[in-house]
Amino acid sequence: MMKFRFRRQGNDPHREKIKQDLFAFNKTVEHGFPNQPSALAYDPKLQLMAIGTKSGAIKIYGAPGVEMTGLHKDTAAVTQIHFLYGQGRILSLLDDNTIHLWEIVQRENRSHLVEVHSFNLPGRPGIESTSATRVTVMLLKLSCDLLALGTEGGGVHFLELPTLTLLNKSLFQDEIMQSIPEEYKCGKSLGPVESLQQHPQDSDKILIGYSRGLVVLWDLNSRHVDNLFLGKQQLESLVWERSGNSFVSSHSDGGYMVWAVSSSNPCTHDPISSTIPYGPFPCKAVNKILWRTTESGSPLVLFSGGMPRASYGDRHCLTILQDSSHVTLDFTSRVIDFFTIHCTDKDKEFDDPSALVVLLEEELVVIDLQMAGWPTVPAPYLAPLHSSAITCSCHISNVPPKLWERVISAGQQQCPLQNYEVAELKDPTQKLKTSAFSPQVLCCHEDGTVRFWDASGVSLKPLYKLSTANIFQTDGDHNDSLTQAGEEEWPPFRKVGCFDPYSDDPRLAIQKISVCKYSGKLVVAGTAGQVIVLVLSDEKSDHMIDVATVDLLQDREGFTWKGHDRLPPKSGSVVFAPGFQPVVLVQCMPPAAVTAVTLHAEWNLIAFGTSHGFGLFDYHRRSPVLARCTLHPNDSLAMEGPLSRVKSLKKSLRQSFRRIRKSRVSGKKRVVVNSPTSKVQEANAQLAEHDAEVTPVQRRIEPRSADDSLSGVVRCLCFADTFLRDGTHHGPTMWAGTNSGSVYAYALDVPSQEKFSEQSVEALLGKEIQLMHRAPVVSIAVLDGRGNPLPEPYEVSRDLAKAPDMQGSHSVLIVSEEQFKVFMLPKVSAKTKFKLTAHEGCRVRKVALSNFTSVSSEEYSENALVCLTNLGDIHVFSVPALRPQVRYDCIRKEDISGIASCVFTKTGQGFYLISPSEYERFSLSARVITEPLCRVDVERPHDLSAHSSLLRLKKKDKTVVILSGLLDEMRSSLSSPVLDSPNSSADVTLDTTGELTVEDVKDFLMTVDEAENNYRNMTEEDGRPAGILIN
Amino acid sequence: MNKNHRVPSNRTLSAVEVKSKFGAEFRRFSLDRSKPGRFDEFYGLLQHVHRIPNVDLLVGYADVHGDLLPINNDDNYHKAISMAAPLLRLFLQRKEEADYSAFGTDTVTRKKTPAALAAVLLRPDANKKKPPIIISLPKDFRPVSSIIDVDILPETHRRVRLYKHGQEKPLGFYIRDGSSVRVTPQGLEKVPGIFISRMVPGGLADSTGLLAVNDEVLEVNGIEVSGKSLDQVTDMMIANSHNLIITVKPANQRNNVVRSSGGGSSGRSTDSNTSFYGYSTPGSMVMTPSHIIQNYEPDEESEEEEDLVIEADRGAKLFPQAGARATASTSMPALPRYEPHLDLRPSNGTMASSVSVGSLNACDRGLEGRNLEEEGTVITL
Repeated sequence: MMKFRFRRQGNDPHREKIKQDLFAFNKTVEHGFPNQPSALAYDPKLQLMAIGTKSGAIKIYGAPGVEMTGLHKDTAAVTQIHFLYGQGRILSLLDDNTIHLWEIVQRENRSHLVEVHSFNLPGRPGIESTSATRVTVMLLKLSCDLLALGTEGGGVHFLELPTLTLLNKSLFQDEIMQSIPEEYKCGKSLGPVESLQQHPQDSDKILIGYSRGLVVLWDLNSRHVDNLFLGKQQLESLVWERSGNSFVSSHSDGGYMVWAVSSSNPCTHDPISSTIPYGPFPCKAVNKILWRTTESGSPLVLFSGGMPRASYGDRHCLTILQDSSHVTLDFTSRVIDFFTIHCTDKDKEFDDPSALVVLLEEELVVIDLQMAGWPTVPAPYLAPLHSSAITCSCHISNVPPKLWERVISAGQQQCPLQNYEVAELKDPTQKLKTSAFSPQVLCCHEDGTVRFWDASGVSLKPLYKLSTANIFQTDGDHNDSLTQAGEEEWPPFRKVGCFDPYSDDPRLAIQKISVCKYSGKLVVAGTAGQVIVLVLSDEKSDHMIDVATVDLLQDREGFTWKGHDRLPPKSGSVVFAPGFQPVVLVQCMPPAAVTAVTLHAEWNLIAFGTSHGFGLFDYHRRSPVLARCTLHPNDSLAMEGPLSRVKSLKKSLRQSFRRIRKSRVSGKKRVVVNSPTSKVQEANAQLAEHDAEVTPVQRRIEPRSADDSLSGVVRCLCFADTFLRDGTHHGPTMWAGTNSGSVYAYALDVPSQEKFSEQSVEALLGKEIQLMHRAPVVSIAVLDGRGNPLPEPYEVSRDLAKAPDMQGSHSVLIVSEEQFKVFMLPKVSAKTKFKLTAHEGCRVRKVALSNFTSVSSEEYSENALVCLTNLGDIHVFSVPALRPQVRYDCIRKEDISGIASCVFTKTGQGFYLISPSEYERFSLSARVITEPLCRVDVERPHDLSAHSSLLRLKKKDKTVVILSGLLDEMRSSLSSPVLDSPNSSADVTLDTTGELTVEDVKDFLMTVDEAENNYRNMTEEDGRPAGILIN
Repeated sequence: MNKNHRVPSNRTLSAVEVKSKFGAEFRRFSLDRSKPGRFDEFYGLLQHVHRIPNVDLLVGYADVHGDLLPINNDDNYHKAISMAAPLLRLFLQRKEEADYSAFGTDTVTRKKTPAALAAVLLRPDANKKKPPIIISLPKDFRPVSSIIDVDILPETHRRVRLYKHGQEKPLGFYIRDGSSVRVTPQGLEKVPGIFISRMVPGGLADSTGLLAVNDEVLEVNGIEVSGKSLDQVTDMMIANSHNLIITVKPANQRNNVVRSSGGGSSGRSTDSNTSFYGYSTPGSMVMTPSHIIQNYEPDEESEEEEDLVIEADRGAKLFPQAGARATASTSMPALPRYEPHLDLRPSNGTMASSVSVGSLNACDRGLEGRNLEEEGTVITL
């Protein structure tokens, strides 16, 4: 019986080899904006930016496409990060008070971020509690050989770099106290160290700011206090003026003070000036302040916070002040940190900042400080994917160049700012090679909008944004004019950033999408039953949209819709910018969310389904062809809108929390247990515990029945040219699958191209299949006589795909949540099946038919069914034999949103959301892999400074062998002419994301080779006026 | 589905003439031979043409030999249609006044509920009196819920097949997470497990008495549940719900099926080093209990994962061959005792035996080449 069926068929060594050539699982790139950023750093020499996150990740960004990620072993939040300028090293301070040193190393021809050292400040024996040695600030000397740590206890400790060894010259408060005048002391402690700043001219002097307000200029060499500044306001941050003659302090009362530094007066009581910009009412603290001198005269002051507590205390603001110019940037999310890109050349007299980079919780904003009015510059990367929540995503591979160009041009007209060629953080030392396959677009579908992204590289580039809200009358329409009116208010707020978590109308949210990349047609379907057909047009247009209503209930009685209303379409004509322009709007009645949609551009048909039924619409003639109700008479839930099951939800939530708590407790206990005796005790303890347990979660074992709730939901739709009526005549068909395991197959009578206008499309029910197990039908696909999936519309007529085999017998693959089944057509007799759930206990969530090409031979490829289950693992099955091939763990099974967001591509790659703002890209194919191949060349052999530091390392460090080996490797790789040749990764074509082509890279290498001194190179570059180049 | 398309190909006539008699009334109509439809549709049609919509009917037809045969499912309905030459003569009776003896050969009155039958299965001795040869209506040749594989499982385990087929009763049970304490060389160890938590009164599980609250679920349709989450096991059970085979370790071990006199062989075997089959080693006595303990070896599922050969008692990892063989061979003498049952429930009996033989083969394959001498014993089976 059963037992023979499951015997492993994988023992054939030949087949194993083929499988190895076809399948390999790799998580390759993370696209998007890092989730929960917590720290920011910038290296002006290498022009790299780093972002630390709450989950302990460090991400380094260089030129667009240059990205590296490092993950701390412990998942503690990164609180601070600092670059060791020009060394490709980075220091991170974590929430658990550990300090880590990271290094960019070259391996396998690309750069990696690797942790090399870590350090934990030991508590002083005796008196001090652990919180006293908690590091509050870090200061890295510009020479990068010394690290100063300020602690909660008020001490300052010094570490040698890059070895992170504690030097025995810590500075404690008692030492400072001796030089403080009695009347200031008042017997109180100075509080934690709030700020450490190195003197801009004299590298041996550091400015130490204590929480209580005292600021000390300390000479490291002579170990004595040079100057005292007796501030009385609680200190938040300090910044030097470039000359070193004065510094600025910001305070918790929302003000900042400028202090003069003079050697004549060792003890300053009062600042030169003290300002509370948003006074006189109580203000919030100014968390960080920057003071930049400019050639044009008055300094530029940038600070975060400081807003009037009562009226604007909840705003996330950053203020830019210069003379009379005053802008309050009003962000939609919290300001994490910011820095300016300015001239760091010591010989220059002024800072001359060119740009301000602000890291917010949800996005990165760049402000051009050289242009009048300080406009925003679109950042070349880190564009927030999630400016409105992502509701659905879709991937289009091998986009025809023509469509690609048209989408890009539409996007450029939409956002003229993108014409700015932004070269921010671009450095010739960074080489980029992304092995993208060909231009690809990933569409993210958010609340009412569809965004097109270029996913061919590492960083997702926004291409085009399509909004569907403008064809409906919504309440949010008049808001724009209102905000304009409040221009004259003070503070002078300016809304900046595109992150907008609040949707005007949840009904606008897009649920499903279908694209025809050859004809430039797009169908989007939303929450209020709206299905919109859009056509790509290069011209601006002003037209009426045809509106049609399709009643999916089909006069089924006894149902009343209790959910939301449909969206009222705008009457009259609407102006549409070039791009995708709506032509037809179909509204399903009742207006339930659309659960499936598909498009066949050659037949001019769209099919859509909701929880009530499905419809077929001829968008050429603007006429409905078919509507069919799939509701089961006993299904009462279908008519209640969303949120009808709140009560039971609450209960189940409570239960699951209880369960989590319980499992945590028992889980911990299990870890502790080691010895056998304690095991017994543990077992007894747990037994006792067991008695006290609340009633555990139960699951009812019952086969699915026809009248289960929501059984009528249409889960999938597909068009196919196949044999439905008989085995000799093929023709257009449409297939629909429901939640209760029903499949409806319709034979369509589609008139020929010329007669589209005269003749209407007819649909005739051909087959109705009820799967015995009644599990939801997840996907339907028709396979041709050779077992290959049918090509997309237009692919054959445009010679882009091989014509399907219309001689042999076709079959249909029906994937339900529980099993895969292939039926022969036209008889619909079962041919093969695989019962996944019965074997593995997992349920199918997402499936796709993908083509896998062998690494060893380009000619050999196989179609396979890729399947993601509710446990987060991916299974690959052969088609049409449905033999299990490989299985990989991909997503944690608790990550429900990750599993729900997963999308497969046609070449065996996939995407899923790892956070609301990030996509993880993975690859199942051994051949098609998109991974970053960027390089940041740092420790170049001819770089004298870097080299010498390496040599120093050799003396001190025990890891000499590795380092010197690395050095040799780099030398040899530099001299080798084939370095970075794209041919080394055979089928991998170079993509266009990065500015540098291969030739450029080689050229660059040559110049480097010739350059005796890279340091000079560097200074030359820095001689450019700006780190940001705005052409 | 497929059945609908099974068409009698050798007939050229497309229509079947039907003459239906109910009481004294005749109705005549015709059916499309190529599309006979399903039996329930046909049944509805009969009720319709005779205008007796709410009367339960027993449908019979006269076959070519003049025998009166019943029509009560798709298969014999299609058979009747395909054999009609060209007239199909139907005889309808009210169910309550139906005369079963009119059919075929002998009379059949089947009054035993599945529960009663299961009870009989459990205690073969209770049914000493041999009933007359029974041939029931074809419809009644349906599988029922039962305990299976008694001969190959350790006595502490029970494999239950729940057949929901054609019944209105729900399966009617719930499962939960739990843990059981097991004896290992390291002492007591607590292992997570899946347990039956609740019965729905009147459900299949409850009415057959095959499962009970707190029984530990070990396998579902031959796949071990250890290492699987509650949701996974739920999904597996639902996916198999039309033919659910659950191996449990009953909470109440006193009701176990006693493996007949043959069971004594293991009891005797302490000194039977030279035992005729060569299977009962001195450890045989120990083997049965140890075999059960082996079942709880935590590492068992790692191997299970790749090797999907379903069956039998995979638990006995360390001595699988020995255990399976021992139980299998000891069950041999027991077999005759089941014979009356095999007669009584032919479908069920054959099912059970085929499964057990198959599984033996599976085990057999497992130990192939390891021990030839032992293989011999299996061949004698």
